Amino acid sequence: MSEDVALTVKHLNKDFIVPHERKNTLKEWALHFHKPSYKKFHALHDIDFEVSRGEFFGIVGRNGSGKSTLLKIIGGIYQPTDGSVKVNGTLTPFIELGIGFNPELTGRENIFLNGAILGLTRKEVQQKYDEVVEFAELKEFMDQKLKNYSSGMQVRLAFSIAIQAHNDILLIDEVLAVGDANFQRKCFKVFREIKNSDKTVVFVTHDMGMIQEFCDRALMIQDSKIVAIGAPREIAQRYDLANATTVSKSTEGKLHRPTDPVIRITELRFMSNDKGSSRFSLEDEIRAELKINVKRATKIQVNLFFIGSNGEYLAGINSLNASRNYEPPTGVHTLTCTIQPGQLTKGEYSVGIAIYTMDDVPEIIDIIDQAYDTIVPQITITESSRYQDGKFYIKGQWSGIESP
Amino acid sequence: MIKAIKGFFKPSNRSLIRELVATDFKLRYQGSVLGYMWSLLRPLLLFGVLYVVFTHVIRVGDKVPHYPAYLLLGLVLWTFFVEATNSGMNAITGRGDLVRKVSIPKYTLVVSSTMSAFVNLCFNLVVVVIFMIIGHVPFRINILIAPIYFAELVVFCMGLGFLLSTLYVKFKDISHIWDVILQAMFYIVPLIYSLAIVPKRFIKWDSLNPLTQIFQDIRSVIITPQALTTKQVFHSQWGRILPMLFVLIVVVFGIWLFRRNSKTFAEEL
Repeated sequence: MSEDVALTVKHLNKDFIVPHERKNTLKEWALHFHKPSYKKFHALHDIDFEVSRGEFFGIVGRNGSGKSTLLKIIGGIYQPTDGSVKVNGTLTPFIELGIGFNPELTGRENIFLNGAILGLTRKEVQQKYDEVVEFAELKEFMDQKLKNYSSGMQVRLAFSIAIQAHNDILLIDEVLAVGDANFQRKCFKVFREIKNSDKTVVFVTHDMGMIQEFCDRALMIQDSKIVAIGAPREIAQRYDLANATTVSKSTEGKLHRPTDPVIRITELRFMSNDKGSSRFSLEDEIRAELKINVKRATKIQVNLFFIGSNGEYLAGINSLNASRNYEPPTGVHTLTCTIQPGQLTKGEYSVGIAIYTMDDVPEIIDIIDQAYDTIVPQITITESSRYQDGKFYIKGQWSGIESP
Repeated sequence: MIKAIKGFFKPSNRSLIRELVATDFKLRYQGSVLGYMWSLLRPLLLFGVLYVVFTHVIRVGDKVPHYPAYLLLGLVLWTFFVEATNSGMNAITGRGDLVRKVSIPKYTLVVSSTMSAFVNLCFNLVVVVIFMIIGHVPFRINILIAPIYFAELVVFCMGLGFLLSTLYVKFKDISHIWDVILQAMFYIVPLIYSLAIVPKRFIKWDSLNPLTQIFQDIRSVIITPQALTTKQVFHSQWGRILPMLFVLIVVVFGIWLFRRNSKTFAEEL
């Protein structure tokens, strides 16, 4: 393994054996030992990636996708069924913050306990004690029992200890869920410092904002497999789309649409034969009209996309086709996108729209999408006389089939 | 194996064991002034009942010099054995929060549970000393040998801890089985009665039991030379060597089994 690589995961597979009836006692084992009844559950399938030294690497995936299992294998908590994980350097072995915290102990005692669990010696904890307390801003609470701390205070304390662990590679799983805005800012500052240091970070989160802000690279894991690996923005976008499938119609767990963007999508409506409609036949041309309110002239690209009823991202059409230099001046503009007839088969579709900057790593300016707390317009393609089904319309022609 | 031994002496692992023991200690004794008294209450209460029964009802204690101190020492050692093996059995399953979330050397959990019990034993021994002073037990130089037997007991408990904790992860009814074994042991091991009254047919078998050997050896050096030791039963050092060999086998097997299975503990919990 070369010096620049901090972590190599090669053809990693993980199966969990799930017994149909778990034999948890000697009695059951003695009575049924001859009947092996279990099934295998593939938690990870052929996971293969490398993380370079100093890289801030993100892992995203929905609950149950296998990302936590992956992190636990990297952390040495679980053993791989097949394949290997090579760590070049020392690794902080924790997955969560505040492991082993005991509510009956004081803050001070918990620092020493948690420090020891993270692999620090008592001496090292003593040396770093003041720094931890100061960072956590909990000086006057150190002699109070942890059970009297608010959850935010506990996270502050936990995070402050964790960043003192002196390892080359940090594994972090969803850490900044709690904590007030001020402390979060502080954590971000530490994150930026870590990012600029030569420490390697493997970071698991649902927060696409953080992925885009901190990560150099990210991978997305879905149904036990890596589905994408690459630039954070790309991954974040894919994650959002995939997430739209399962995030229910409620706004809970959805991403927040930018609150005060420089360009706001004010309206998205559909036209059929010059009048508003949401029902189209296969022979209809679909025209999408988009109104945007521009506060400051900015170079943008616009993407209109169709999402199937199961939430799958089907297709998008980007304004880059038309122009790479579109910079709408301040004011309200109407943009139109025309979809030629005969491309969507019968069914219901959600239509989303997103405006991005033209940067190398495009940023979302405003968006209407299932993954966000927005109302997504729907269109219906009605029955048509053509004998076609499936996800899209295939242009083609049978031959050699003649009526007698 | 060398790696394991190196790991044992790694300062961070030692710190971890110390913190775990200290936490146990604090949790046990804090919060109530009587904290320490409470932990003493069980052996003392048992002692009180047994003392009355066996000196006034069934007079098995009459022939044993310094019977109160003799009995109490036995009970304190027994309490340690019960506590150490039970908490050792629970060391992995009971700390699922740690095992599942952080990659710490798992043996530290078993070792710290035995150590916690040992700390309590030391406290309880203070009471034994008080009873010895009250009972005018003569101080003899032989007492200096006692740490060897205490060490044997601690190592034995640790070995059982490794063994039981591994089994307990896989089989939840081990705790019931162990309970029954402990109950039987309480009467098989000459705790309340003197080894001398065990019938000739059984006495050698009873003496092969490491607990019998340890308890009797400790009693003979601390309380009274009249306490029959297993060495005397066998009329040779074999009376000591065989039980110690048994301890060694348990420890080696326990560690072997533990090491073989510890990697998958996190998944099985």
